[in-house]
Amino acid sequence: MKLKLVPAETKVPFLKYRFITFLMSAALILASAGMFFGPGVNKGIDFEGGIMLEIGMTEAPDLAQMRSALGDLGLGQVTLQTFGAPNDIMIRVQRQEGGSEEQKIAVELVKKQLTDTFGSDISYRRIEFVGPTVSGELVQSAIEAVILSVIAILIYIWLRFEWHYSVGAIAALVHDVILTVGMFSLTGIEFNLASVAAILTIVGYSINDTVVVYDRIRENFRRYKKMDVKDLLDLSINETLSRTVMTSVTTLLALAALYIFGGEVIRGFATAMIFGVIVGTYSSIFVAAPILLKIGLTHHNEEEEGFKPKDDVVDAEG
Amino acid sequence: MTSFPKWKTALVLLVCILGVVYTIPNFVSKKMLEGLPEWLPNQHINLGLDLQGGSHLLLQVDTNDVKEKMLVSLSEAVRSNLRSAEPRIGYQNLKVRATTVTFKLRKAEDRDRMREAIAPLSVMLPTGQRSNIIDISDEGAVTITPSEQGIADRISSVVDQAIEIVGRRVNETGVNEPTIQRQGADRILVQLPGLGDPERIISLLGKTAQMTFHLVDLSATGNNGRAPAGSKRLPGLEEGDGTTVIKNRVMVSGENLEDAQATFSQGQPVVSIRFNGLGGKQFGKVTSENVGRPFAIVLDGKVISAPRINEPILGGSAIISGSFTTQGAQDLALLLRAGALPAPLNVIEQRSVGPDLGADSIEAGKIAGIIGIVAVIIFMIITYGMFGVVANIALAMNMFLIGAALSVLGATLTLPGIAGIILTIGMAVDANVLIFERIREELRAGKNPMNAIESGYARAFTTIVDANVTTGIAAVILFVMGSGPVKGFAVTLGIGILCSMFTAILLSRMIISLWVQRARPKTLSV
Repeated sequence: MKLKLVPAETKVPFLKYRFITFLMSAALILASAGMFFGPGVNKGIDFEGGIMLEIGMTEAPDLAQMRSALGDLGLGQVTLQTFGAPNDIMIRVQRQEGGSEEQKIAVELVKKQLTDTFGSDISYRRIEFVGPTVSGELVQSAIEAVILSVIAILIYIWLRFEWHYSVGAIAALVHDVILTVGMFSLTGIEFNLASVAAILTIVGYSINDTVVVYDRIRENFRRYKKMDVKDLLDLSINETLSRTVMTSVTTLLALAALYIFGGEVIRGFATAMIFGVIVGTYSSIFVAAPILLKIGLTHHNEEEEGFKPKDDVVDAEG
Repeated sequence: MTSFPKWKTALVLLVCILGVVYTIPNFVSKKMLEGLPEWLPNQHINLGLDLQGGSHLLLQVDTNDVKEKMLVSLSEAVRSNLRSAEPRIGYQNLKVRATTVTFKLRKAEDRDRMREAIAPLSVMLPTGQRSNIIDISDEGAVTITPSEQGIADRISSVVDQAIEIVGRRVNETGVNEPTIQRQGADRILVQLPGLGDPERIISLLGKTAQMTFHLVDLSATGNNGRAPAGSKRLPGLEEGDGTTVIKNRVMVSGENLEDAQATFSQGQPVVSIRFNGLGGKQFGKVTSENVGRPFAIVLDGKVISAPRINEPILGGSAIISGSFTTQGAQDLALLLRAGALPAPLNVIEQRSVGPDLGADSIEAGKIAGIIGIVAVIIFMIITYGMFGVVANIALAMNMFLIGAALSVLGATLTLPGIAGIILTIGMAVDANVLIFERIREELRAGKNPMNAIESGYARAFTTIVDANVTTGIAAVILFVMGSGPVKGFAVTLGIGILCSMFTAILLSRMIISLWVQRARPKTLSV
């Protein structure tokens, strides 16, 4: 007997609950925006500039002692946090006034102070410094990349489908991105270049999921010329439900492995992706499809756009 | 019907075999590969610095310094051109302002002669623009402004020179296989594999190392106060060393050095230098004419030392002593050997990963990858049975193809790249899931197995294309716009999408077609 996560023929009236789900999405979007503009995301040095050291020690140090030792250096804001294990510490120091010489001196000061306080058995696993011009450019190119890819995807869907689908897909996409940014604000996971890559992957995944549902909707519009639009949307979601769930599960399996075994550096990325896949799956069912009804997609639209049914070529042969 | 043309089968098999053949070298050590005949594939996937450990330094040329120097040398050229005119052209107020050089003629009737004298300063650039824009008013007030293109050309050549010098300095330190390349208009990217702690290199690259030799102005005394005209007060190498007043005129320049070596003299670390022909002559002349006077050695605006000239030094060799440590003497010798930078460099981005962390990341990535694949494989089998096995073969092949593509393209695998591959594992089966779910539907609609398979593939095809093209768009834009980790991720994601489409649409279909043709199943269980 094979495993079936979703029964063969489901008839869940997804659109019946659209007011509840819309409300829920709206509330989550507002909450995310509130989190983003309130506490904000924990910007890493990629975006903020500054110095970061990741050190490994033989045993877990007294963080308070380390904090005060490094605080005494007069380097401005110094933050500490354990990184994966209690004896792996990530130290962030704000950017020092002046040029590269000053940054190098700051790193040397931190190293010396650590050696003086905790002995020399410290391994420096990572040392990073990002200057203000670079971080500014990184922010800009990241934002540009996100906006450009959204526009490019939008145009592709517009060409392959028609404008209603484009609007719906973008709504689902923006929904997912905002919620992911909200998740970053809420959890305080460091927001860095890998996070941008994660968001863009979520964009790709969310679109992928939405397109599969839309493909089916378009097909059903051609097949059932008289069916009520609401029923047709429900039917399409139900028909693709099994695939939607299956793909989410396989992707989540791979991501869970990455989260658990992939190491600390990649964990933030995996967390964002796991969240994004769940949100992306939710939005392709509860946002992308119902919104087509809201913005008034009808049989009429489909005919007007000149879609020619070309299906069942295979059947004719068989 | 479920036919799969022979040529297509051959093509798919060929691609798969190539995929395996080109991935295998990655499982074989470099040493063993060297023993194999050359026609066999022998490329390993390049590991990024975050995986093998190493440092990435992004340096920026100080363009303000370049522009300043440009204006100063422009004003010097104006001075010498006007003076060497026959008869001399009188001028006043020759000054360097923010972005221009200005002066005024003493006699307005010299205008045409002056125009001729300074015309050579503005050359025609290959782009059709002039290097300097010369503006002359009726009253004889002149403004010379370097054009944008002129400045850009100058910066570009400064960057080229700087790359050369950076390369020499880095190579002198003995780092393995460094890469040094230009990035953008005024940046230099330095990658140092295996070097987790680049402090020494940063400090070597942070010095322009312009060395000059000056006479000391003995009319000025004490540690403070204004230096007399034609002289300047400079600090010593270390803080608290006191100051020395030197004459502005450069007697010998570090450009004329031929060699520099760290050595010991009377138990102290010193740097012994040797001048080239011209430098040796200049040095001999100065030392002969100034016996008994102190002679200052200046490095980047700081006085290293100002020893007394005991006797003329005519052999072209000398020793620089100062309060050096052994390392300090070695570094100075290295800098002098490698030559001076044409402008200061700033490190604007540094990312260093110790070799331990890199090895840990690879290990963690391997474990995560294997567990991810195994989990997906098991899940596919319990969900789709025999068809799941086909999807898994496609998945395994997919991994080989990604490995082969990365090896052949010489792409660099980074940690985010590993994340991209693991994500592809999850998404790669999506195409097969779409197909299998479609086949299930067709079967439920009452079609016979062959028709169900055929139309399952046909109908899922457009969806697969649409779904992958959209993700592909994101990957391409990430690759073009992104930098560093984002780019590494985009490469593997993009390659992954292409490979997964190939394995789902062609490979898994081929296997199923062959099976259907042989077994001719009456019923199908997907």
